[in-house]
Amino acid sequence: MRSKSQSLLLRQIALHAALTPLAIIWLFPLWMMFVFSTMSDFGIFSPEIVLWPSTNFVENFKNLQADTDFLRAMFISIGVAAIYTFLSVLLTSMAGWALARYRFVGRSIVIGIILGTITLPFAVVVIPQFIMVAREFRLANTWIALIVPPLFNSLGVLFMRQAFSMMPGELFDAARVEGVKEWQIFLRIALPLARPTMAALAIILFLHSWNNYLWPLLINSKPGMMTAPVALGTLIGLTKVSWGGIMAGAIMLTAPILVVFVFLQRHFIAGIAAGAVK
Amino acid sequence: MSELSLKNVVKRFGALEIIHGANLEVKDGEFVVFVGPSGCGKSTLLRMIAGLEDISGGEIKIGGKVVNDVEPAERGIAMVFQSYALYPHMTVEENLSFGLRMNGNPKQDTEKRVKHAANILQINELMQRRPKQLSGGQRQRVAIGRAIVREPQVFLFDEPLSNLDAELRVQMRVEISRLHKQLGTTMIYVTHDQTEAMTLADKIVVLRAGNIEQVGAPLDLYDDPANQFVAGFVGSPKMNFLKAEILERNAAGVTVAITGDKNVRLTMPVTGPLEAGQSVTLGLRPEHFVDAGQGDADLAVTIDVAEHLGNTSYIYATTAAGEQLIIERPESRAAGNRNTLTVGLSANRSFLFDSAGNRLR
Repeated sequence: MRSKSQSLLLRQIALHAALTPLAIIWLFPLWMMFVFSTMSDFGIFSPEIVLWPSTNFVENFKNLQADTDFLRAMFISIGVAAIYTFLSVLLTSMAGWALARYRFVGRSIVIGIILGTITLPFAVVVIPQFIMVAREFRLANTWIALIVPPLFNSLGVLFMRQAFSMMPGELFDAARVEGVKEWQIFLRIALPLARPTMAALAIILFLHSWNNYLWPLLINSKPGMMTAPVALGTLIGLTKVSWGGIMAGAIMLTAPILVVFVFLQRHFIAGIAAGAVK
Repeated sequence: MSELSLKNVVKRFGALEIIHGANLEVKDGEFVVFVGPSGCGKSTLLRMIAGLEDISGGEIKIGGKVVNDVEPAERGIAMVFQSYALYPHMTVEENLSFGLRMNGNPKQDTEKRVKHAANILQINELMQRRPKQLSGGQRQRVAIGRAIVREPQVFLFDEPLSNLDAELRVQMRVEISRLHKQLGTTMIYVTHDQTEAMTLADKIVVLRAGNIEQVGAPLDLYDDPANQFVAGFVGSPKMNFLKAEILERNAAGVTVAITGDKNVRLTMPVTGPLEAGQSVTLGLRPEHFVDAGQGDADLAVTIDVAEHLGNTSYIYATTAAGEQLIIERPESRAAGNRNTLTVGLSANRSFLFDSAGNRLR
């Protein structure tokens, strides 16, 4: 007779045996991106397939930096993503709080409209948004153009509203009886309790900003004001494409996200699972 | 001066009226319990006194001042919630001092008040813990402590013990009673548990469907209920109600007979406008049955179940007319072995109600 722990072990082995090939398939392109970033262009296009990294990374990065000021683009990307994430979490929390906790005329209409905007693809919005920002406000090639238009994130509002709705109302009533002001209730009670949700939302928003390509491409096309993905994209049109350099840039774009994800993974998964069970 | 008065207080949610003109006077230092079944409006009424719900009509006065439009914090009240409502991310000490700190109360005074509350409730050693590290009873103490530090004119309790187990509930009940004696502050306490109401209250307010049915001292409500609802709600196990009929009016009052058994007759000193043949309800408390032959009439019943608790027994029985009864007998070890039982009824321990449930006197 097999013991319980033995059968558990067998199940674990079977599970890992099934998942390992999938993980390899998924990780292989990333690995090759890393390998290519360390090879010369000659090496990349040689008929022989090499699976192990070489020593050309620094050389490739120098080429990249020469073709486009990639370090500056990285700085802009990080700055935009950080400011955007901070402001957007703050704004969506405030909106979510109001929609979750205050009864006012037209509340369900407002929620309906916000929900409706989720279904609008960005492609529908991009032209009017471009005309408004670039022509009306003359904000092309500025930080504001990158940060402000996507600030109001309807998914974030609904995300935060859900988090605040699930908190017991008596907590806030207790504070009201104690004479705590509404803004203090929000800042000192609601926000600290919503921290896990805010962390998950922050990761989602940071990724959203970091990976954003279409909008920065349209609005900030001046060399000194490009974000990193846009800067990297400009290299592909050149007469001589330095794939080693592009791969080195891609590695630098991917690495921060991996680091952030590893550190905040717990919150990320908690946020995604929030509301799944009571 | 911390008396409280409600005058024609009404609460409406849209077209739906929840509280229909409540009138109540609470004296300074009194312990008043709002009791009633779920949905009767007792918690809503308490929240209206607290200022957490707007009032749709009428007037609420605390300490002689109309507070209809006064913010909760300025009404001189403190509230203890059913769920304790402790801030989970703060320690006990921070929970106790939070309201005072946010209002800019001087640090020294805040510390003094927190210490005082902790001493009263004996939670000194818990001050650095978070709510999740506390047991239910400890959490409830902290919630009460948070009310004490406000030094309110009126304490409001919203079913504070209903999340505790039976043993702890009894213990906390005694502590709340002791606290009331110690502080001497007006307290208003909401519960659906009539035992809590009877043991804690100076004055009980019985509510049903948004109406105040009766206000009075616990034993007054027990001895002299205003209607069938109050009679059934106060006392445990609850009062038995048997269908009966008026046989005749006479000099002593009226003679009634239990439906289905015309021989069980009681003459009661009721003077109201009653006619022979009118249907009424006879109310008898389980503890007021006497031995056969000792009362004014005897009633034979069939025993369904007998619960023996040692000092007393509850006998669940059925009358000849098929009505269910609970009879409390001091000693009836032998009752369980029998199928039938005859008990005596006393006219002066019985109540009469008309078909609308109003008491007939």
